[in-house]
Amino acid sequence: MEVVDVLVVDDEPGIRSGVSRILKNYTINYPFLEDDISFNVVEAATGEEAIEIIQRKPPAIVLLDNKLPGIQGIDVLQFISAHEPNILVMMITSYASLELAVKATNIGAHDFVPKPFTPQELRSSIENITKHYFLRQMTRKLHREGKQVRFEFLTMLSHELKAPLNAIEGYLRMMQEKQLGESLDDYQEIIDRSLSRIQSMRNLIMDLLDLTRVESGKRERDLQDIDLTLVARLVVETMMPMAIQRDVTLTLESDEPVVVKADADDMEILLNNLISNAIKYNVEGGWVKCKFSKTPTYATCSVSDSGVGISADDIPKLFHEFTRIKNPLSRNVSGSGLGLSIVKKIADQYGAEIKVESTLGKGSTFTLQFPVSAENPA
Amino acid sequence: MPTPAKKTILIVDDDVDYLYQLKFQVEKMGFETVTAESQHEAETLLNTIKPDLAILDLMMESEDSGFILSYKLKRKYPDVPIIIATAVSAETGMTFGINTEEERKWIKADLYLEKGIRPDQLHREIVKLLKL
Repeated sequence: MEVVDVLVVDDEPGIRSGVSRILKNYTINYPFLEDDISFNVVEAATGEEAIEIIQRKPPAIVLLDNKLPGIQGIDVLQFISAHEPNILVMMITSYASLELAVKATNIGAHDFVPKPFTPQELRSSIENITKHYFLRQMTRKLHREGKQVRFEFLTMLSHELKAPLNAIEGYLRMMQEKQLGESLDDYQEIIDRSLSRIQSMRNLIMDLLDLTRVESGKRERDLQDIDLTLVARLVVETMMPMAIQRDVTLTLESDEPVVVKADADDMEILLNNLISNAIKYNVEGGWVKCKFSKTPTYATCSVSDSGVGISADDIPKLFHEFTRIKNPLSRNVSGSGLGLSIVKKIADQYGAEIKVESTLGKGSTFTLQFPVSAENPA
Repeated sequence: MPTPAKKTILIVDDDVDYLYQLKFQVEKMGFETVTAESQHEAETLLNTIKPDLAILDLMMESEDSGFILSYKLKRKYPDVPIIIATAVSAETGMTFGINTEEERKWIKADLYLEKGIRPDQLHREIVKLLKL
């Protein structure tokens, strides 16, 4: 049984005891909640008393009369919006003037119940507001947990695949109906946009294939002693055209071979993602440095950039599927939103640790540390 | 009879291409447009303007941005009709709509549309909602 605190603020004792009586044995059950919900009513006769109670122990719901002996209901509402915005407020009022309704709604009242009300009217208003309270709580909880289930993945995937199709279809229709003019030149921009959407869709599909490959997990992984610096050299060569196009200096620093036991394809996907991100989320005239080092216990690879950086709040979200951190600096960068979740999955399979250091507007460093064990000697 | 002032339609979508196309189509229908690329940007805009109608994308910053935005918009301007447009459809198992009493209670939108709707259909729906 979940108990919800309801504070009734009214100077008429009859209303207060009426509400208490009506809600005393009232329980609600929502299909989305396991527990039944019941109510614990706390009473206040004045606004001042109400504020004191709210400060001591904020209730979930406040039933608030506007016309009070001291400070008015609207003042209490103002206090709640400023200090306890999570409280849902329902105004009870006999003078249901439109002006007051608009004012109260603007300050944050959730609903109104006209006075006098029948027990049924009160119950149904309470049912509504409580539902809102729990839905909001659940949404927050889901967001906090960063819950990632397959269902959400498919939903996002469908969204990500359809969005470019819709965009391209829209542009083609504009061309078909000659909406921008008679000359092909009038359509150059939307043709370019369409091609760019096709390219990002292709990237998404490639990333999806990588992800499927990594996720299927027990596929035959061809574990060999491989030199990470050699894999990096290959990746850097592939990425060089993109770096030049974006005026980003891409360098590889390695003094000696850094050998790990791994699947060469995995390592290529991993470095590909890290280096291409570093180039994409960069600034004109910026740089990307890829470094390798080793100790008897670790093989370390780091990719640093002079790019847009990531805020501390956003770092924990980075490795979730379809998370693309949006800020004004990165809004024009196209990406599938899968790259780093692939990196994470591969790293996990090798027991490697990923560290991210970043300063917004300055740049980021992604460091991967592969354990080198006795059975897995470097 | 004097010509009525042009109606203003707020369009919110984080897909710049879709936003551009919708803006283009809606303006061709003879409406003024204001646009925003995120829930956040739209909320800021709504502090200074009151549109005559709003067309909102569902998934923006978060997967329910459109719902949250429509909820807030309706609270601020209960009389502004809202269309939620999205590319998410029933095939993912995600069936939103405003067809049942239950859904109408918490989805504060007047119309729920799949993206990719033809401009003439959209025009009809807008005219209907604006009661023109």
